[in-house]
Amino acid sequence: MRPFVYDRAATIDRAVQLGAHTASGQADAPVQFLAGGTTVLDLMKLDVMTPQTVIDITPLKPSLRTIETGPAGLRLGAGVTMAEAAGHDGVRTQYPVIADSLKLAASAQIRNMATLGGNVLQRTRCGYYRDPSWSRCNKRVPGSGCEALTGPNRNHAVLGVSKACIAQYPGDFAVALVALEAQVEVDGPDGRRTLPFEAVHRGPDQPHIEHSLKPGELITGFFVPPGAWTRSSLYLKIRDRASYEFAIASAAVALDLDGDVVRDVRIGLGGMAYRPWRAREAEALLKGEPLSEDAAEAAARAALKGAVTHEDNAYKPELGRRTLVRALLEAARMEA
Amino acid sequence: MDDQTKPPLRDGPSRRGLFGAFGLAAGALAAPPVAAAPTGSEGHAPVTLSVNGREHRLTLDVRTTLLDALREHMDLTGAKKGCDHGQCGACTVHVDGSRVLSCLTLAISAEGRKVVTIEGLAKDGELHPMQQAFIDHDGFQCGYCTPGQIMSAVACVQEGHAATDDDIREYMSGNLCRCAAYPRIVAAIRQARGQMGAA
Ligand SMILES: Cc1cc2nc3c(=O)[nH]c(=O)nc-3n(C[C@H](O)[C@H](O)[C@H](O)COP(=O)(O)OP(=O)(O)OC[C@H]3O[C@@H](n4cnc5c(N)ncnc54)[C@H](O)[C@@H]3O)c2cc1C
Ligand code: FES
Ligand code: FES
Repeated sequence: MRPFVYDRAATIDRAVQLGAHTASGQADAPVQFLAGGTTVLDLMKLDVMTPQTVIDITPLKPSLRTIETGPAGLRLGAGVTMAEAAGHDGVRTQYPVIADSLKLAASAQIRNMATLGGNVLQRTRCGYYRDPSWSRCNKRVPGSGCEALTGPNRNHAVLGVSKACIAQYPGDFAVALVALEAQVEVDGPDGRRTLPFEAVHRGPDQPHIEHSLKPGELITGFFVPPGAWTRSSLYLKIRDRASYEFAIASAAVALDLDGDVVRDVRIGLGGMAYRPWRAREAEALLKGEPLSEDAAEAAARAALKGAVTHEDNAYKPELGRRTLVRALLEAARMEA
Repeated sequence: MDDQTKPPLRDGPSRRGLFGAFGLAAGALAAPPVAAAPTGSEGHAPVTLSVNGREHRLTLDVRTTLLDALREHMDLTGAKKGCDHGQCGACTVHVDGSRVLSCLTLAISAEGRKVVTIEGLAKDGELHPMQQAFIDHDGFQCGYCTPGQIMSAVACVQEGHAATDDDIREYMSGNLCRCAAYPRIVAAIRQARGQMGAA
């Protein structure tokens, strides 16, 4: 690990001020916030992140640690740990897709450490990204090329990719957030603002610029709007082993049925996309129609229509379709 | 390299300077200066850690993980380094009562928290019920993963995540065992969960 200056922020103002000029949150930023540290320290040891300054924001946790549920929706503080959110009664009963996405992620130890703010900014697990002995990686070294296009790419993305990068967004929670049209609250040098969660993660045209937060901006919380669909929601995660593994395909589904007719539906896909993926075409096909197996299959075909595969990940569109069909049918049974 | 025998650093000017800079004490409430001057600690810094009920005053490179601080600076070699990247659970310890990975924790960020390692589990020479259960059920072969397994298992029971075998397997999945002692580990936890009471 490279030498760095360690600092602590006891207030949000102080964190924003310390990070103001440089903490862009991009992997190559000279200043990184340290929340749970489970991404930052891992990547610093690998020499992928080489910040000059690390700002420990764990002292902020009390002020960022609230969970509020009510008729107005759900608000999750950015310092809430994955374990706390996954175990919260209101989240489990009113927003099961969120609780599931967290409970099925990482391990009990990591869920105790990791925060929701850090979670959404976790980095891809692409082996070429994580190992700087590979010289070509557009995410790490802008303009150097993408080794994964021709190398082993079984775990790489098929949706939202480009010739510049096929890295997969590995997180689970963000897939639930994108499906439920969450908002992100940030505080920064220019004050507070709220942006749609969907606008946080960027596409692969400039792979090294991963998200749209401005330098010094600190995520303070997430807001999930209420809706009849949040209760009948679930996160289905398919992986190579039964636990403690990233998704190779996943679906976040939230469903509002009128009898067997879909009044409203929200769909997010994970484990196969460059960024947290909302499947709007699939939602549009389902709305107003009875939710039959055929309808679910048609929706899943639409969701994966734009998939671009490479040598080792050609299995993903079919796995993705089956995952989404199963998730939709299981969500329908929750309503019954 | 425990600094306990060295002259106390606590009241030294450099330490006071650092604490002010951390903004932990008085500085926390004062209005922040307009332009943030570089304030943090670089290189080595005094770090006080509470481990198994005892205070350790150390001088550490700020890069030192809690795992390396325990093993290299406090002679507490129970927590093991398996992967050093959060993937195996061999380094599991308790911080403020919850199980965490010491390889992905900076020692300096554990200041002011209560750390418990496998060395702190036995009380008055008597093994913790979970330690005894691992012995009773042969919950290990080479033993390398065992300190992490036991620390994780104790927390697993305390969290209420050990009600069924499936729960135990799911909530212990962050601890890998290369010898594959898994069935015996599940049996050990099943035994200890009844004996731990409201602990
Ligand atoms: C072995 C292993 C397995 C894993 N498996 C899974 C899995 O199955 N599913 C899954 O979803 N995840 C998984 N993860 C990833 C894990 O969930 C993330 O590492 C974790 O959630 C990151 O949160 P953190 O608080 O530790 O972030 P940190 O490492 O502290 O920070 C991560 C990034 O976010 C920035 N940051 C942190 N907080 C804020 C804030 N409030 N505002 C602005 N920027 C901020 C930091 O500067 C940094 O760039 C796994 C990780 C490991 C090591
Ligand atoms: S050494 Fe910490 S998880 Fe492997
Ligand atoms: S006992 Fe050998 S690794 Fe678990």
